[in-house]
Amino acid sequence: MLKRAPALFSSLIATTTLMFYNGVFAKAGDDSEVGGGLGQLNMPQGVTDVSEAAFEVHMLMMWICTVIGVIVFGFMFYVMYAHRKSRGVEAANFHEHLGVEIAWTVVPALILIGMAIPATSALLKVYDTDNPDIDIKVTGYQWKWQYEHLGAGIKYMSEMRTSQDEIWGREPKGEHYLREVTQPLVIPANKKVRFLITGNDVIHSWWVPDFGVKRDAVPGLFTAAWARVEKPGLYVGECTELCGKGHAFMPVVVEVKEEADYNIWLTEKKEEAAVYASTIGKQWSHAELMEKGEKVYQISCAGCHQPSGDGIAGVFPAVNGSAIVNGPADGHIGILINGVAGSAMQSFADQLSEVDIAAVIHYKRHSWGNNVGDLIQPADVLNFKNAQ
Amino acid sequence: MAHGPAKGLGRWLFTTNHKDIGTLYLLFSFAMFLLGGAFAMIIRAELFQPGMQLIEPEFFIQMTTMHGLVMVFGAIMPAFVGLANWMIPLMIGAPDMALPRMNNLSFWILPFAFAILVSTLFMEGGGPNFGWTFYAPLSTTYAPDSVNYFIFSMHIMGASSIMGSINIIATVMNMRAPGMTYMKMPLFVWTWLITAFLLVAVMPVLAGAVTMMLMDINFGTSFFNAAGGGDPVLFQHVFWFFGHPEVYIIILPAFGVVSQIIPTYSRKPLFGYSSMVYATAAIAFLSFVVWAHHMFTVGMPIAGELYFMYATMLIAVPTGVKVFNWITTMYRGALTYETPMLFSIAFVILFTFGGFTGLMLSVAAADIQYHDTYFVVAHFHYVMVAGAVFSGTAAVYYWLPKWCGRMYDETMGKVQFWVAFIAFNITFMPQHFLGLAGMPRRYSDYGLQFTDWNMVSSVGAFLYGGAQLLLLYNIVRTVKYGQLIDDPKVWEGAIGLEWLVPTPAPYHTFVKPPVIKEGAVGAEEWLIDETPSYASYKTVTDAG
Repeated sequence: MLKRAPALFSSLIATTTLMFYNGVFAKAGDDSEVGGGLGQLNMPQGVTDVSEAAFEVHMLMMWICTVIGVIVFGFMFYVMYAHRKSRGVEAANFHEHLGVEIAWTVVPALILIGMAIPATSALLKVYDTDNPDIDIKVTGYQWKWQYEHLGAGIKYMSEMRTSQDEIWGREPKGEHYLREVTQPLVIPANKKVRFLITGNDVIHSWWVPDFGVKRDAVPGLFTAAWARVEKPGLYVGECTELCGKGHAFMPVVVEVKEEADYNIWLTEKKEEAAVYASTIGKQWSHAELMEKGEKVYQISCAGCHQPSGDGIAGVFPAVNGSAIVNGPADGHIGILINGVAGSAMQSFADQLSEVDIAAVIHYKRHSWGNNVGDLIQPADVLNFKNAQ
Repeated sequence: MAHGPAKGLGRWLFTTNHKDIGTLYLLFSFAMFLLGGAFAMIIRAELFQPGMQLIEPEFFIQMTTMHGLVMVFGAIMPAFVGLANWMIPLMIGAPDMALPRMNNLSFWILPFAFAILVSTLFMEGGGPNFGWTFYAPLSTTYAPDSVNYFIFSMHIMGASSIMGSINIIATVMNMRAPGMTYMKMPLFVWTWLITAFLLVAVMPVLAGAVTMMLMDINFGTSFFNAAGGGDPVLFQHVFWFFGHPEVYIIILPAFGVVSQIIPTYSRKPLFGYSSMVYATAAIAFLSFVVWAHHMFTVGMPIAGELYFMYATMLIAVPTGVKVFNWITTMYRGALTYETPMLFSIAFVILFTFGGFTGLMLSVAAADIQYHDTYFVVAHFHYVMVAGAVFSGTAAVYYWLPKWCGRMYDETMGKVQFWVAFIAFNITFMPQHFLGLAGMPRRYSDYGLQFTDWNMVSSVGAFLYGGAQLLLLYNIVRTVKYGQLIDDPKVWEGAIGLEWLVPTPAPYHTFVKPPVIKEGAVGAEEWLIDETPSYASYKTVTDAG
């Protein structure tokens, strides 16, 4: 029975894989619309060679297993039905047969060799390291991503935009719940991108299902993955290595733009950075700082210290009424720049700009019950950094 | 020389009797099973719909961590050690375990280990929140203060397991009745012997991993701290060198149980006894050389990925042999479907299903998509729950009448089976879909596209939890009010020394060893042949 199997497998696989290709179950590549529901049963085929190779070998394995399962369980169910004692059968007494024992060792081994060949060629595609066009450095933080366009001098944080109110059910959940970020990674279409992935604190894992890219972001180590995407669009992924309480709240969003659009975006981004740099020297007013600071606080601080500033007793200290917040400015700046060793409070020196740090500190010192009455300027933050 | 158990609490505290200690292990593991199940209920309740409703994300990951730790180390492993304590001496014709005092110690340190572990949930900063795989540096530099208690409790559990397995090895090697050669031992004894060697080999590796963590946390070393020149990936290699054999430690005794039960209700000897033994040994050997298939996304060179992929695929061969042997045992038997048989058949089907997804997971290119998603969660619950837990349940129904001299209610047993079987599949089948659609594991919250299948899975989980309460009810009711029986054999097709001692099994059995003679008197006519595992025997019944 098993010997005729390979022919049966290949014909079954051919027809059924085709069926899946035609999109009966598989989700289309562009992930910008939210799929899901009870019809969502299978892996997306994705938009890169690697994701397609993974999908194909996945389908192949699934159908081989299905066929073996049908044969083995079919026989088992037949036995369970036909050889019931209640039908008056007498038990036989055989308990050994060298021939079948050899057969069911050798045949599965041959099937495995048959599986290993496509599995190997799929893996070779994953490890196609040739000639990347651009390099993107991806750094995992608790609980956000930082992207750096190496060589272009552009670096930005990408944080989840879904609000705590949506998460806790105080507001209705938006269509892109947990799938939206402040700034997606932008890459050009039709270029081979090399992602150089690392972690800043604990291990994260950067996954974009449609690219077939999942690589752990390990502190002290760079891992690499490659993708060439032809179709512009928005692709959503996730962090897939447990990294603490915010694990579920650091989505990966990649925007693929046509090359021309990408170059325009890159230029704009550079100009934006230049304008931003100029604001460091500017004198900011209380109102400006409060407005900017609140935005920064909601994204970067509220996850732990809570929107109310009250923290969580025993785990995350309150900002409201805190001695540090109400104390000298330098002490407060120091906490943000250096973090607190051995706690979840990380250094924000590389994550937030001087303007953001100044604004959020000012905001904390003048919100809830706090009212210090001073004015924190980006220049103060820069001076503090330079003094260290 | 006939004397019964001591009176009162002292009987349980100071006992060196393998049956008492077996009972203690089984009771303890069932309590842990319910506790770990309660953690799972909290997880599934929170995941019933998107958004955070009941608990904080921080507490959620403590729950996933504790669920894994308690189920693996507190429920499944002690359950099989309990079965080993009860059944191995009975099966090989020994009066007790070889090292009875150590047996007492290896049990009694366990409740303390788990008291310490569970107490961390009430400590400031919370309990372990780094997953049952406790990857550094999340479990070292970034761990809550309670991590030191976690490490201490892991050390105690490890010591308990090592002592327990040394005891099993010593018992099997030295205490077999005359004529009980290795190749006549019941398969449950064989699988446990091999499991015990695995335990002795890998529990010290786990101890090494947690000791390195302890040093990193408290004594300034940097084994796993990149900032100090260490390597977080080293932790994963060390952990999985323990962790992969560990999952076979869980499943091999389950294979043994099923290999006892299927022949009984097929009324036909186990097919391919010797190939079952060799397959078990092959699986045990392979378990040492496949660990990094848990690390396909960690950035290994392609040569490493290819090796671990091929080696992992190879495990399908001996595992397939076992499945084929079980089915062929049933072939042309005279089958009846009592509760233990139902659980065993469900084991064969669902474990094989989990084996199929395991084969899919072994393909590194596809694993990059599966890794750390609910597809993996579904896979290992098919092999752990439908594997280890179903076979443990089968074992309890199968041997409970022998232990307590009372028969369980067959209808209630079957009801419990069907509820458990259906609920199990409602819980875990949808998790395959969730994983393929892209839902990562250990997520306290998820995007709206995953809502529907999560709801289905949660409903199934609550039902499955209910099925375990039904099991508890069945056991209590049997022990207290079950119909009294005294047939030593209990089951028509049962074979083996344990079915020759009276029912219920007296406190002391095989004080004088039975003599097992090849080709001598057989208990059943269908046993009179060269059947290696069941060669006929002449028994000396209990001296009491």
